[in-house]
Amino acid sequence: MRLVIALPYLWLATFFLLPFALVLAIAFGVNNPDAVPPVDLGVSLKNFRLLFTDDLYLAAWLGSLRIAAASTVLCLLLGYPMAYAIARARPGLRPLLLMAVILPFWTSFLIRVYAWMGLLASNGILNQFLRATGLVDNPGTILGTEWAVHLGIVYAYLPFMVLPVYAALEKLDTSLLEAAADLGASPLVAFLTVTLPQSLPGILAGCLLVFIPAVGEFVIPDLLGGTGTLMIGKVLWDEFFLNSDWPLASAVAICLLVLLVGPIALFQRQQAKNLERQ
Amino acid sequence: MSAGPIVSIAGVAKRFGTVVAVDGVDLDIQRGELFALLGGSGCGKTTLLRMIAGFETPDTGHVLIDGQDMTGVPPHRRPVNMMFQSYALFPHMDVAANVGYGLRREGLPASEIARRVGEALDQVRLGDHGKRRPAQLSGGQRQRVALARALIKRPKLLLLDEPLAALDRKLREGTRFELVRLQEQLGLTFVMVTHDQEEAMSMAGRLAVMNEGRIAQVGTPHEVYEHPRSRFVADFIGIANILPVDGGRAWLALRPEKIALFAARPSTDHAEQGCIVEIAYEGDRSLYRVALTDGSTLLVSTANIARHPREPWPRGQQVWLGWAADAGQRLEE
Repeated sequence: MRLVIALPYLWLATFFLLPFALVLAIAFGVNNPDAVPPVDLGVSLKNFRLLFTDDLYLAAWLGSLRIAAASTVLCLLLGYPMAYAIARARPGLRPLLLMAVILPFWTSFLIRVYAWMGLLASNGILNQFLRATGLVDNPGTILGTEWAVHLGIVYAYLPFMVLPVYAALEKLDTSLLEAAADLGASPLVAFLTVTLPQSLPGILAGCLLVFIPAVGEFVIPDLLGGTGTLMIGKVLWDEFFLNSDWPLASAVAICLLVLLVGPIALFQRQQAKNLERQ
Repeated sequence: MSAGPIVSIAGVAKRFGTVVAVDGVDLDIQRGELFALLGGSGCGKTTLLRMIAGFETPDTGHVLIDGQDMTGVPPHRRPVNMMFQSYALFPHMDVAANVGYGLRREGLPASEIARRVGEALDQVRLGDHGKRRPAQLSGGQRQRVALARALIKRPKLLLLDEPLAALDRKLREGTRFELVRLQEQLGLTFVMVTHDQEEAMSMAGRLAVMNEGRIAQVGTPHEVYEHPRSRFVADFIGIANILPVDGGRAWLALRPEKIALFAARPSTDHAEQGCIVEIAYEGDRSLYRVALTDGSTLLVSTANIARHPREPWPRGQQVWLGWAADAGQRLEE
């Protein structure tokens, strides 16, 4: 029995805490291209100082936060009506609609992003279609712009918004909406005063589930974005693989983690408050 | 304000798929009365109430409230309020916000809303509970919040869907009188739905007994009990012996308490001899099942007036039953 309880802790210690301690140690080291691995351990703050003084890193941080925030808002605007429609569909139809939301997960994430490259390239399927139908004679290229990054993030993370919002809306007691109507609320007012506040925990969960991974996203900006798209996940990758600067890459990883602990803690507190209320 | 009935239901029918919920109902409800829709589950009483509130649309027929045809009028524009069976309190609002919800929709100034919410909460003895959440209240307190919320807009008509069903028995009896007192004090019209005949009889000024989507009988509790028109009503309200009369061509409903037990042949209009086969002692009264010589059985009820009756009627006792000529009601159907 004790073993069963200890197992998850053991797992966390081996596969999370231990690697994290390694990354932390490397972040305070100094880059040495001749050593294997290429790092001299120590207690240097040089990497962190660089992160907070160099404009490139600041721009990458801000770029990540801006793109993640905008994508989260887009996911919410698109995902909320979807979740609402599924929750209001016939009970027999709901599993099918939910399945349609989850279905993309059955294909590798990487392959789906590559598919978007094929769609958005300058002579990709989208532009071929636009030319063939004569809608646009000289279409621009979406691939390599920030638009493509937004599109990719919204596409990839939409289910993480739809599912928690659906779970919140599906639980909503319809007699509450009847009570609101009975007391003089039009359907719009009933939505704003009853449905929306009741689905707030789902909205918060969905936003964090999209925002947190989107901030550190690397694959989508790398494949769909251009050289102008600066995101911190891509910077981390470049420092590690192109510059072989392990200490700097580790420092980026540590900062990213610390930055995201805030919203996660907020989410946890909200969840605990909800549990308490019930 | 016109002088006609507050609610007028004319030829209303409603089906859900193949199930006929309401099957041609005509009904007038008068101003200031406490009216009960009584029936078993699936008799259409709740559907009828929801059609008055506007949550269901009749397939045919019309609902008039205060002389106005309500066809096509959505719930939020009807001059009625409803107390829901589940109470449907908003869990994310405190008690005061729940009660004030209807007034906020009218755009009244905050100071007036606060004053009227305070009055409404005092009226249901919850004056100091305004800041609590519904989840922090007992079942009885929640019921009173729902009542205050439904009454705060001073509707012409208050609809109550099984208002007492979620309360435990002791609380239910006290709340009955409270509802009647409130209705008389405010001079409002209450229409309540209930499956509990005792509740309907003790509270309502008039009631409609419903069966299979139709109204079986409308009347005062006294009329419905003493003059049931059909076998269904006689059976549904209280207990009735149904006897064949006129050589089996008609039926007579005879209430158990209208029959008296005698040791010797009585001089009443009707007299039958029989043998007690079962006794149900209920404290205030006893119910006897008496087998007659012709093989049929009759239920007889007697009030236990004396603590130590001189003539107890044990099981197996040969007795005489007697009742007056006008004790029973001839059934029309």
